[in-house]
Formats: sequence, structure tokens, C-alpha cells
Amino acid sequence: MTSVVIFYIFAAVLLLASLATITAKNPVHAALYLMLSFFSGAMLWMLMKAEFLAVSLVLVYVGAVMVLFLFVVMMLDVNFEELRKGFWKHVPLAVIVAVIMVFEMVTILTHKAADLPNARMPEPAAGYNNARVLGNLIYTQYFLPFQLAAALLLVGMIAAIALTLRKRKNTKYINPADQIAVKRDDRVRIVKMNAEARPTVGEQPAVDEQQPNA
Amino acid sequence: MLTLTHYLVLSAILFSVSVFGIFMNRKNLIVLLMAIELMLLAVNMNFVAFSQFLGDASGQVFVFFILTVAAAESAIGLAILVVLFRNLRSINVEDLGSLKG
Repeated sequence: MTSVVIFYIFAAVLLLASLATITAKNPVHAALYLMLSFFSGAMLWMLMKAEFLAVSLVLVYVGAVMVLFLFVVMMLDVNFEELRKGFWKHVPLAVIVAVIMVFEMVTILTHKAADLPNARMPEPAAGYNNARVLGNLIYTQYFLPFQLAAALLLVGMIAAIALTLRKRKNTKYINPADQIAVKRDDRVRIVKMNAEARPTVGEQPAVDEQQPNA
Repeated sequence: MLTLTHYLVLSAILFSVSVFGIFMNRKNLIVLLMAIELMLLAVNMNFVAFSQFLGDASGQVFVFFILTVAAAESAIGLAILVVLFRNLRSINVEDLGSLKG
């Protein structure tokens, strides 16, 4: 069966790429391996006839999140050699925990009581359209959660910008709150002084002895 | 032929690989975030496999929402990472002791 062969190849690529992600020396390589594993994951979803999610995984993760990771890794001048120190110190514990987890989950999943070993993935009916099915659900039954997800993305965007925003020193930015808080006395000074007679021709202007009181 | 167990075992192994990654990269915050993303991929694969197996598309809608939340989470996580690096000049988890926890 070709689909089983394809499944095993893609699963091997996915697992090797994820192992390479967590053991790569250079974090740029780790991000690229992570891209590869997400892409293999998307192709496995495609094999399950979940096309819409496969394409959105490629768009959202490979296209957006991984670019964000690459930006951050390349922008920060981190000493990664320092972070690699003692990398292999925790191997025994990590291997034991991971192997026990795999063993437990595989035992449960392949046990007769789970009733799964012969659970074939059903072939969808002719004319099955994954995107249409999901669209019908999202825009009817799950419409409110969909809107909330949009609001969540907006909140995330504003939070990320607000966190990393830095004040510039040299801009001519004016704070509106300061502008509103200005009182009249800060701007205008009324100076009392005597009225002066307009000097007539041939006559000295009258010299005022009094100083204007400020 | 492909069975549900194929996908479930694959995502179980992927989940354990990312747990392994979290154990190994205790110091490096960036790779920790990457391991968390891999974990989410494993969980999502379970959701999609069960959804297609049971013929109920609600599971895939759920995956759609998980993707949304995970994208927001990684964006904010990376923003926090950038701010952290600006203040401490380091992304080592062991340097994050200012709360004396």
C-alpha cells in the first residue's frame, strides 16, 4: 500500500527533524529543522484528508511563526556556546523519562482493551470537501469562538508590540496629556504698565519714571 | 493499510521527543519554545486523527483554535524573550532569578 509507505517515510522525516531541532548546535539550524518537521506534519495531515488544516499549518507555522523565530534568533547576539555547557549532563534522566512515556502510551494504544489495532482510517465519501465542512462549522456553530479567536490575535499583536516598544529620544512627539494639563498662567504673563501718550512731532516723548510692575 | 494507531503512536513518540528536548535544553529559552511548539504539533495530530476517524469535524475546528492560540503565544513569548535579552543580555534560564523564587 503506497499510503503506508508514504506515512512511514514522512513519519521518519518528522521524527528525525524534531530530534535534530532539539539537539542542533546552532539555533538557526534548529529553527530550519523545526520548519521541516512542521512541513512533514502538514503532509501527514494531508494524508488524512485534512487539507484545510494542513495548508493553514504551513501558512501559519512555516510562513509566520518560524520567520518570527528566525528573526529573533538572528537579531539577538546570544552566546550559544555558553548555553550548550552541560548539554549532555541530563541525558540519562531525559532518555529514561522519554522512553517510559513512549512505552506507556504505546502499550495503552496497542492494547486489546483499547479496541484500536484494526481501526482503519475511513475513506471519506466522494465529493468530500474538508474546507467546506470546516467552514460550515466555523461560521455557524463555532461563530462566537471564531470571533473570540480574532480578538485574541489582536490582543496578542498589541501585547507583543507594547512589550518590545522602545521610546525614542530625538522625536518631536508631544504628549497630549501634558498639552491638556497646561494652565493659562504657564503660557500667558500679563504685564501692567502705564499707558503712553503718542509722541507728537517736535516734542520729546514723555519719559515714564515708573517701572512697570511685572 | 493505515490505521488510527499509526497516527496515535507517531504523535506519542513526537510528544516524548519534545519532552526529551525540554529536559536537554534547560538553559536555552529559544529551543525550549521550539520544543513546546513540537508538543503542540503532536497534540494537534491526535486531534486531527481522531476527528477524521470519527467523522466529526469539530475536532478539526478545535485544532484551528489551537493554532490561533499557539501563534499568539509564540509571538508574545518571543517578545518577552527580546525584552529579557535587552535587560539581562542573556537568555539563560538560570539567570532569571530576580523574583527570588
